[in-house]
Amino acid sequence: MIEYRSIGKTFADGTEAVGDFSLVLPSRTTTVLVGSSGCGKTTLLRMVNRMVDPTRGQVLIDDVDIATRNRVELRRSIGYVMQHAGLLPHRKVIDNVATVLRLNGVDRKEARDRSYAVLETVGLDASLATKYPGQLSGGQQQRVGVARGLVSDPNILLMDEPFGAVDPIVREELQAELLRLQRELDKTIVFVTHDIDEAFLLGDQVVILKKGGKVAQVGSPADILAKPADDFVRSFVGLDRGHRTLHVEDRDGVRVVVDGTGKATGVLEA
Amino acid sequence: MSWFLDNVDYVRELFVRHAWISVVSTLIGFALALPVGWYANRHPRLGGVSVTGFGVLYTIPSIALFILLPGILGTGFLSVTNVIIALSVYAAAVMVRTASDAFGSVSPAVLDAATAAGFSTSQRVFRVELPLAGPVLLAGLRVVSVSTVSMLSVASLIGVSNLGSLFTDGFRRDFLTEIVIGIIGIVVLAVVLDLLLNLAGRLLMPWASAQRTAVRPGAASKIAVKARGA
Ligand SMILES: Nc1ncnc2c1ncn2[C@@H]1O[C@H](COP(=O)(O)OP(=O)(O)OP(=O)(O)O)[C@@H](O)[C@H]1O
Ligand SMILES: [Mg+2]
Repeated sequence: MIEYRSIGKTFADGTEAVGDFSLVLPSRTTTVLVGSSGCGKTTLLRMVNRMVDPTRGQVLIDDVDIATRNRVELRRSIGYVMQHAGLLPHRKVIDNVATVLRLNGVDRKEARDRSYAVLETVGLDASLATKYPGQLSGGQQQRVGVARGLVSDPNILLMDEPFGAVDPIVREELQAELLRLQRELDKTIVFVTHDIDEAFLLGDQVVILKKGGKVAQVGSPADILAKPADDFVRSFVGLDRGHRTLHVEDRDGVRVVVDGTGKATGVLEA
Repeated sequence: MSWFLDNVDYVRELFVRHAWISVVSTLIGFALALPVGWYANRHPRLGGVSVTGFGVLYTIPSIALFILLPGILGTGFLSVTNVIIALSVYAAAVMVRTASDAFGSVSPAVLDAATAAGFSTSQRVFRVELPLAGPVLLAGLRVVSVSTVSMLSVASLIGVSNLGSLFTDGFRRDFLTEIVIGIIGIVVLAVVLDLLLNLAGRLLMPWASAQRTAVRPGAASKIAVKARGA
């Protein structure tokens, strides 16, 4: 379990990125932080592995204040997947993945074997293992990034817009892959995105943020759609734009689902 | 030509001497410049001052430094140590700026990713920053290597023998062959060292040539021009 307790962050230049933020993220679930650019998502995410230290409040992992933990060791125990994969350009794919294990003191042979295994898990061909990141496509690099996040089998996985830089088709593929992995692996995932559809697809718990890390609403996707807290949320999730307000029309006994713009999107089954 | 055949052992001896003095001086200068350049990139304000300071050293005429150093250091006037120290200072003077640029060329996003993956500060410096600064460092080192080889010949004027002695001697005796052989020797040495550095770069940094994006094309040559202008 991860807990933010009255967190605040004011950067050295005076920017208040997060005002006062509290949240509990239950273990083995995916929490998605969603909000528009600059609302403090990355800042909140990076507080979990102490890449950012809060100026006020505490972050706890399993009831331990992480400010009391060694930051290098803490980071080694947490998987982190970044927007642009963040791979080391001078290390081969396999070494990029294995490096996390090596830092954790795993011996060379075992690190290699486990890295090959996790590359397979994320759907990467073993033939790519000896290439350099610069020789891979964006989507492949992103998969390597996910592999690197998973390889040490951390309990916590932080993902910062991991699929933001790839085309929509690859993004859908990666999202499906993540859902499949999460069913098997049961990690505590903190996922950042500004795409509400992605948030609803992946999140058990979705946190809609306004500027300054202010919580507009927390809940399951269904809860949020059923009871949007205010007009901001209603508009953010698209309830005011038609494609989320569906109704059923009868066509020769078949119930066709039509969205608010009049576009038919599917058929309702019994 | 017959002079060369008669003196082939002498020329070879000078060549070897010229080579080791240049290589040692270049390496010492490089080793001095690395930490200063790293620091300068980290702390631009104080670092900028030290980069400028080292740059100024380069403006001291080499002959002046060759002559002044024995007095300052208390070494013998004909000692090769003076020459090595002077050349190391010049090598460092050029290399500090390049080193600072080299560390500056490392993507902050990559460093951030390394930190987040759990590299400690020193692990990050040696396993990420240094290798990634490598291509620009190498470009600088190649310039310094050539300039050191050519600058060493000046030391023949103060009696420390090297390939330059062939032209001081050649001029004194008005003997063109000897001068030409001195020049050829120096050019050959400079080219050989450059090829070796290039080869070392390929072996040590296979990723740089495999890469499409890591090193912006032209970055290396730009640095080289800058160093030469220093
Ligand atoms: N190191 C920093 N120094 C100063 N201000 C910062 C720093 N990092 C972030 N900020 C500011 O804090 C605010 C929140 O930034 P943050 O990166 O958390 O936003 P975000 O929600 O992740 O945005 P995006 O979707 O664009 O990634 C922004 O106004 C940003 O300019
Ligand atoms: Mg962000």
